[in-house]
Amino acid sequence: MKFILNICQRLGARLLDFFEVMGRLILFALTALKDVLLPPYYPRLIGSQLINIGYYSLTVVGLTALFSGMVLALQSYTGFARFNAESAIANVVVLSITRELAPVLAGLMVAGRIGASIAAEIATMRVTEQIDAMSTLKVNPFQYLIAPRVLAGTIMLPFLVFIADIIGVFGGFLVAVYVLDFNAFAYIQQTWEFVEFIDVASGLVKAAVFGFIITLMGCYCGYYSGRGAQGVGSATTNAVVSASILILISNYLLSQVFFS
Amino acid sequence: MKTFKVEMQDVHKSFGSKHVLRGVNLEVKKGESLVIVGGSGTGKSVTIKTILGLIKADSGKILIDGKDITKASGKERDELLGSCGMLFQGGALFDSMTVWENVAFGLTQGQKMSKKKAYPIAIEKLKAVGLSEDIAQQYPAELSGGMQKRVSLARAIASHPDIIFFDEPTTGLDPIMADVINNLIRKTVKELGATAISITHDMASVRKIADSVAMIYEGKIIWHGPIEKLENSGNEYVDQFIHGKEDGPIRF
Ligand SMILES: Nc1ncnc2c1ncn2[C@@H]1O[C@H](COP(=O)(O)OP(=O)(O)OP(=O)(O)O)[C@@H](O)[C@H]1O
Ligand SMILES: [Mg+2]
Repeated sequence: MKFILNICQRLGARLLDFFEVMGRLILFALTALKDVLLPPYYPRLIGSQLINIGYYSLTVVGLTALFSGMVLALQSYTGFARFNAESAIANVVVLSITRELAPVLAGLMVAGRIGASIAAEIATMRVTEQIDAMSTLKVNPFQYLIAPRVLAGTIMLPFLVFIADIIGVFGGFLVAVYVLDFNAFAYIQQTWEFVEFIDVASGLVKAAVFGFIITLMGCYCGYYSGRGAQGVGSATTNAVVSASILILISNYLLSQVFFS
Repeated sequence: MKTFKVEMQDVHKSFGSKHVLRGVNLEVKKGESLVIVGGSGTGKSVTIKTILGLIKADSGKILIDGKDITKASGKERDELLGSCGMLFQGGALFDSMTVWENVAFGLTQGQKMSKKKAYPIAIEKLKAVGLSEDIAQQYPAELSGGMQKRVSLARAIASHPDIIFFDEPTTGLDPIMADVINNLIRKTVKELGATAISITHDMASVRKIADSVAMIYEGKIIWHGPIEKLENSGNEYVDQFIHGKEDGPIRF
């Protein structure tokens, strides 16, 4: 009896913790959203975040997309050859890239790169009392630190994913034409005729949501970081892990909304 | 009844099972310079952070100009605290900004002053804490600990706050520089009419800057009186502390 009571108590405490964290996170997201929309704005900070998140992520996102497109073409060829459907490669590549692979992979890569660095930066500022100092100088840390990052992430991810779409399709094209001996012109024509607006648009909407998630989780984990170097370390890890999981979950939900 | 500039009534604060503030009562008059003394880890920094709202008190009232900031709305609180400046014990300088940008931060970002107008003010404040214009373009990490402390002090006073908190302003400074800083604090209170609440372990500094002294022990203010009475407080805890004796009621 006592044993069961004990388990219930533990579970209950866990559940309460969970709801507390969820509540705090939702409140945090709403405050961030409000501060993105309402003044004061800090255009200079938004600009530097746009460059940091967008420009400096190009290489890693581009490479990811290129090799994903390439391997996709290769695998679909060998797989589809079993039932004589090799001609569908162009369709498979463009559909998978624009709908799923470009947004999800770009999202995960950026979560590792940007989510981690945002969390580390804000957590360090928390631990060294820079965030406290900011509020004694009449500057709201939400407006100054968090809003520019969240805004820049939400704007920049769709751009990155659009570029990833192009590079990914190009990767598939390279393999199809130079490895598998497809006709270049026919491949491009097939891709172009097959792809629909909703394929690309849904991927870009996903990207915006992922950008919001990545920067929000980076800011949240940094803002509520524990003390000391260890606090900064676990803030960074938590930011990346939670953003990645949330990306995968919301990706499924969004796909459901768009395509069913 | 006269309202105090800052007043704390029965303020409690715990961190987990650690009960740090156990009913702090404190009053500070307008234009007064109060110094809080007490052993390391007794909750001095926590006390002033609860006044600023950086740490939320568990219970009790904190009044600034007679208004309870623990109950004020977000906007009201921002306004009340907007008139406060603070020198953090650890400096808390923005490490991604240059020295002068740090000092001018409250002006350029908080009050939206142009950089052109803020720069000379920042330089003037740096000179007031004994630093030259040469370091204005450097980053905090390139300065010595004592220099960082002084930059932080310059930042705290740059936007002419009404109430200023100094958390160990002279720790880590040489005796001459410490005296310069003590005079500066004195001057800030006298000339600007600011109210100052300082924390220090340095008795020379206490004698120089304090109008009144409060001693904190085991989470409570156990003695509070004018500086003239400090030597004859009749309180054996205070006596032991100001003379730095190992024997006495305070045990570590
Ligand atoms: N954010 C916090 N979380 C948990 N404990 C804290 C926190 N801040 C302070 N404490 C604890 O509260 C106690 C008082 O800390 P405080 O910083 O006020 O000491 P202090 O009187 O300023 O000491 P010192 O003279 O060494 O600066 C300490 O035991 C400290 O461990
Ligand atoms: Mg302290």
